[in-house]
Amino acid sequence: MFKKPMTLKQKNAWYGVLFASPLIFGMIMLFILPLIQSFRYSLSSLDMVEGGFEVNYEGFANYTSLFTDNPDFPRTLVESVVTMVVNVPLIIIFSLFAAVLLNQKFRGRPFARAVFFLPVILASSAIANMDISSFVGGGAIGTGNGEEGSGVLQSFELSEMMLESGLSPVIVDYITGAVDRIYEIISSSGVQILIFLAGLQSISPSLYEASKIEGATGYESFWKITFPMVTPLILTNLVYSITDTFSSNQINLLISETAFQVFDFGLSAAMSWVFFLCVGLILAISVGLISRKVFYYD
Amino acid sequence: MKSPAAYADLFVRRYNPVDRTKGLVWTVIRTVLVLGFCFVILFPLFLRISIAFRSKVDIYDPTVLWIPRHFTLENFKIAMEASNYFTAFLHTVYISSSTTIIQMASCTLAAYAFARLRFKGSGILFILVIFTIVVPPQTIMIPLYLTYRYFDLFGLIQLFTGKKGLNLIDTFWPFIISAGTAMGLKNGLYIYIFRQFFRGIPKEVEEAALVDGAGVLRTFFRIMLPNAVPAIITVLLFSFVWQWNDSYYVSLFLKQVKVLSTSLMDMGVGLKEPDPVYTSMLLNTGVLLTIAPLLVMYLFVQRYFVESVERTGITG
Repeated sequence: MFKKPMTLKQKNAWYGVLFASPLIFGMIMLFILPLIQSFRYSLSSLDMVEGGFEVNYEGFANYTSLFTDNPDFPRTLVESVVTMVVNVPLIIIFSLFAAVLLNQKFRGRPFARAVFFLPVILASSAIANMDISSFVGGGAIGTGNGEEGSGVLQSFELSEMMLESGLSPVIVDYITGAVDRIYEIISSSGVQILIFLAGLQSISPSLYEASKIEGATGYESFWKITFPMVTPLILTNLVYSITDTFSSNQINLLISETAFQVFDFGLSAAMSWVFFLCVGLILAISVGLISRKVFYYD
Repeated sequence: MKSPAAYADLFVRRYNPVDRTKGLVWTVIRTVLVLGFCFVILFPLFLRISIAFRSKVDIYDPTVLWIPRHFTLENFKIAMEASNYFTAFLHTVYISSSTTIIQMASCTLAAYAFARLRFKGSGILFILVIFTIVVPPQTIMIPLYLTYRYFDLFGLIQLFTGKKGLNLIDTFWPFIISAGTAMGLKNGLYIYIFRQFFRGIPKEVEEAALVDGAGVLRTFFRIMLPNAVPAIITVLLFSFVWQWNDSYYVSLFLKQVKVLSTSLMDMGVGLKEPDPVYTSMLLNTGVLLTIAPLLVMYLFVQRYFVESVERTGITG
């Protein structure tokens, strides 16, 4: 009996299945099944019984109670969405700016880069942020006082100046808010700087040379070359920033507390699904808006 | 003799004052900005270090700004005792290093399959991988907890032992299993990075290896991995650090066993210190103790890390 030998492509495909098999296994066991189960729990109430738990179907009771009885959930949800909408553009703009800055040649650049990536290491955890705030709250009496005072004063003068020059108060508030939260923004833009920097490195220098010969200034070549070339990365960073700001905020705390302190698993699952739908909606809208402007070189 | 105008022309051509001033101004602005941002990043860290060495007397002394007057290591001692530092430290090292190595293996393998060894449905699978980044971990939190609480491989364990699954809570197995199946902390991102990187390596290299008689495995280990060193360094550092700092999965799967991030959370309660300011000072010391190993590591690794970033070439 002759069996037709496999072509190289088929062979490679089987190797591909082999290589991805841990992932496929994990995807089914630790992602897809839990996702389905979570949806099922959100439609029911879980009761702990001896040696396990019982699932009682309740329809949309959890979802309705979420928006009618629950005092915390709608408020926290709105708050975290607003924080996200305010922070993400700032993070993107700042990280692009920082990446362009760090991409230039100057003395002490390795040091500056090392410092700029430090937040990736220090502030990627929720604990670090938690303890800064608790420390400022408690320790401000002794130490932080002078710093705090001058910070408020500075942005106050800045806002006065901008208001007088005729900017609308909304924009002024936004900018001064950004200045006040500079640490928060810097500390959450480490990965984004890294992605932008890697992208900037991959822009071919010949483009800049050609534009320089044609007489373009640095400003022009930024908007005509650098910016269009990094638009795909803006999309990547947008998705990353949105998921990242959402993965460490108040609403997650609320969901975890509902599950493991109140032991209302059904309600917690419903919360997380509403939250997930919000994230998905925001992602879809923003990606839809941005991706039309994205420029692909090849 | 040349006219003054000609001299001026010569001067402009030789020294180019406008461009020079522009360059100089930009250098100054850039230096100020870079220094400013560096200051903003480093300031809280320096403040923490300065406060950690202060004794109780110095808290209410307004003349102490940076250098403590009564230098002491008392805070470190109390914080270490309150958080069981050495056991927690060992646990954290075990978890971080084991998951880092295991998920490196599973992620590179999967990423190579996505980049070069396409099979039917690999596109859909990759979309699902991206989906894992987007779905908040809270959504699958409870089922995941219950999966590990009554761990059972498709009912096999119940079949053989008759028990209703194994209780894997408070062991390290949940971390190892998630890492081995590339479903650990932010693994979707790592797969994405590696896939982009593998796709950037020219196909000719692999073809040459094939012509020389290397199989898929050999090509992967001898050609692809050595070429992907920059991406590997970046991902190694990320996964180690994020696992180290993670408090979410750790507090989900480990209720009794303490690691650094969770022992830090309990420390404030365990201190029984009446003075809230001193408590926050001790907490600050605890944070410093948690991140100190990372800082030391970063000091050694940062050179390779910063270099590797340039060559990672993550693109959209």
